[in-house]
Amino acid sequence: MKMTMAQAINKCLFQEMERDESIVLIGEDVGVDGGVFRVTEGLYDKFGRERVIDSPLSESGIVGTAIGMATHGLRPVAEIQFSGFFYNAFHHIEQQASRLRNRTRGMFTVPMVVRLPYGGAINALEHHGESMESVFIHIPGIKVVCPSSPHDAKGLLASSLTDKDTVLFFEPKRLYRAFREEVPEERYDIPLGKANVIENGSDVTLISWGAMTYVSREAVEEAKQQGISVEHIDLRTLSPCDWNSIHRSIAKTGRAVIVHEAKKTMGFAAEIAARIAEKDLMHLEAPIKRVTGWDIIIPYPPLEKHYFPEKKRIARAIVETAKF
Amino acid sequence: MPISRVFEGSVDYIQILDRYGTADINYDPNFSEEMLKRMYIFMVLARRWDKKNIALQRTGRMYTYAPLEGQEAIQVGATLALEKEDWAYPSYRESMIYHMRGIPLSLVDLCWKGIEEGLKIDPKWKCFPYVIPIGTQLPQAVGAGYALQKRGKKGAVLVFGGDGSTSEGEFHDAMNFAGVLNTPTVFLISNNQYAISVPRKWQTKSKTLAQKALAYGFHGVQIDGNDIFAVYTTVKQALKKAREGGGPTLIEAVTYRIGAHTTADDPGKYRPKEEEEYWRERDPITRLQIYMKNKGYWDSRFEEIVNTRCDKRIEEALKEAEAFKQDPKEIFKHVYADITEDLEEQMKECFEEGSQ
Repeated sequence: MKMTMAQAINKCLFQEMERDESIVLIGEDVGVDGGVFRVTEGLYDKFGRERVIDSPLSESGIVGTAIGMATHGLRPVAEIQFSGFFYNAFHHIEQQASRLRNRTRGMFTVPMVVRLPYGGAINALEHHGESMESVFIHIPGIKVVCPSSPHDAKGLLASSLTDKDTVLFFEPKRLYRAFREEVPEERYDIPLGKANVIENGSDVTLISWGAMTYVSREAVEEAKQQGISVEHIDLRTLSPCDWNSIHRSIAKTGRAVIVHEAKKTMGFAAEIAARIAEKDLMHLEAPIKRVTGWDIIIPYPPLEKHYFPEKKRIARAIVETAKF
Repeated sequence: MPISRVFEGSVDYIQILDRYGTADINYDPNFSEEMLKRMYIFMVLARRWDKKNIALQRTGRMYTYAPLEGQEAIQVGATLALEKEDWAYPSYRESMIYHMRGIPLSLVDLCWKGIEEGLKIDPKWKCFPYVIPIGTQLPQAVGAGYALQKRGKKGAVLVFGGDGSTSEGEFHDAMNFAGVLNTPTVFLISNNQYAISVPRKWQTKSKTLAQKALAYGFHGVQIDGNDIFAVYTTVKQALKKAREGGGPTLIEAVTYRIGAHTTADDPGKYRPKEEEEYWRERDPITRLQIYMKNKGYWDSRFEEIVNTRCDKRIEEALKEAEAFKQDPKEIFKHVYADITEDLEEQMKECFEEGSQ
């Protein structure tokens, strides 16, 4: 069946909640309203207020309460309406969710999912366009997942809902309804921690995730027109990252372009570039190139286009790297 | 007797001007004709500006906008109660406050057109730029009040929030700090019944929001937020008390958001239509109009003049806002006091090598 990403996530939540009675949704407007992005539409009617909780307006309350639920046998799916409003809940993630397993040497754990609509280009107000995934990747003990398509979103969320650790599930807002694709009705898992080579190539390795995978695909097509063969890796999971797939590809191409929507400094591309430099230096034929947002406050909609990496910038980076 | 009561509290509800436009004879402030007209004109301006914005948003001339219809009495009444030395900390639904403090309406338009320069507000207006995250202004307003006091300034700080904001930790931090530090803070919470789709009853089990002040050791009062007399009078008193060192007050103004949370949602999904009708019968503008008519201050000619003048101001402001040309390079120039070398480089790459 063809689905948008919003529909695929909705479908997954529906199926998983039917499968596992311990799954509980909690967040602002997730119930009666069906979520501001309509991702939880219909779940309140099906499962009721006991399992689909319209919470008070408090991110810290949502995540803190979800941790308590998770330590006592429920499997909460907490929604933060926009990831830009997450910071009140940061405390609970850094000081408890990420550490409880280690602190108790495995006696207490926090198996839960926090859904975080992230990223920009949706014509919204301030704090509605952030990509702060690297802040969370920096924290050991939590997993960070970021799908780039409806198909991946459904499979990755299904896996996240059986994972033993806390999973932060970053959903690229601009892809919620950007396109439809064939998504299997039945349940399937896409394993966490494994990247997806969406296109095999031999000249340049392009690494991306989330919305930037979608944007990069056009750039890859453009590079192809110029006779450049690009190996496009979609990371799917950012933490733990599938380093092997990256090293394997660089050994083949010797060239890397990393694209992310987040700001440049300390963005995840910095870590990827460092890993490549550490391990694959002898394979490298060109400097590693990053195409990222700038180190500025993301502008409001009329100027935000200046911030986001787009097809032209990415294509130019591919060509420059290939021709170096 | 091993048990003795250690705390007792109660919360009053204040309404002066009822929904039929009749003022309580003992509490009618007997405002001058000029004052009544000022209240009326600003409420009409707010409403007509609001309607215009929604229409503009529908045609793509404005971005996501937070409608204020139904809540005019709170922002207009409270702003008129401010003295020149006081500061206002509005939430994003209190747009009219900026204009009432002296800021050109065109600047407020820029905000909702997604243009950063809209918040380039001169501090001389004593009106703090709003933020989108809920409730962050609350403790910051407490700190601002503390600073005013410490620096020997006379003003108090009036900070706005919604019913939803009382669930955030910041609200409780703010109340606690204001109580402990005895700051000149007036918390004005517009209880418009919904935080996007979540009804007030799911926000807190407390019977009133005002009673939360009691837990923090200061006065809380609930008022009819659609009664501009109650708003003005209560805020005025609370500000005076604050200025005189009497500490903070929490005012819960009961109202209703007639429109959507923002232009991005549909209230039909989460609340019954009858509610809207119930509240329309309690409209803040209509009741003031009846009151003024009974006093001989309002007639249809006055109405016509007010409407025409408000529309003219709205049109002029919009024209000015739409003529505003943004310099895209500004997005790099205000990250730090002085642009860093690295950012200079990035700016060059962004614009000179021309990605767009």
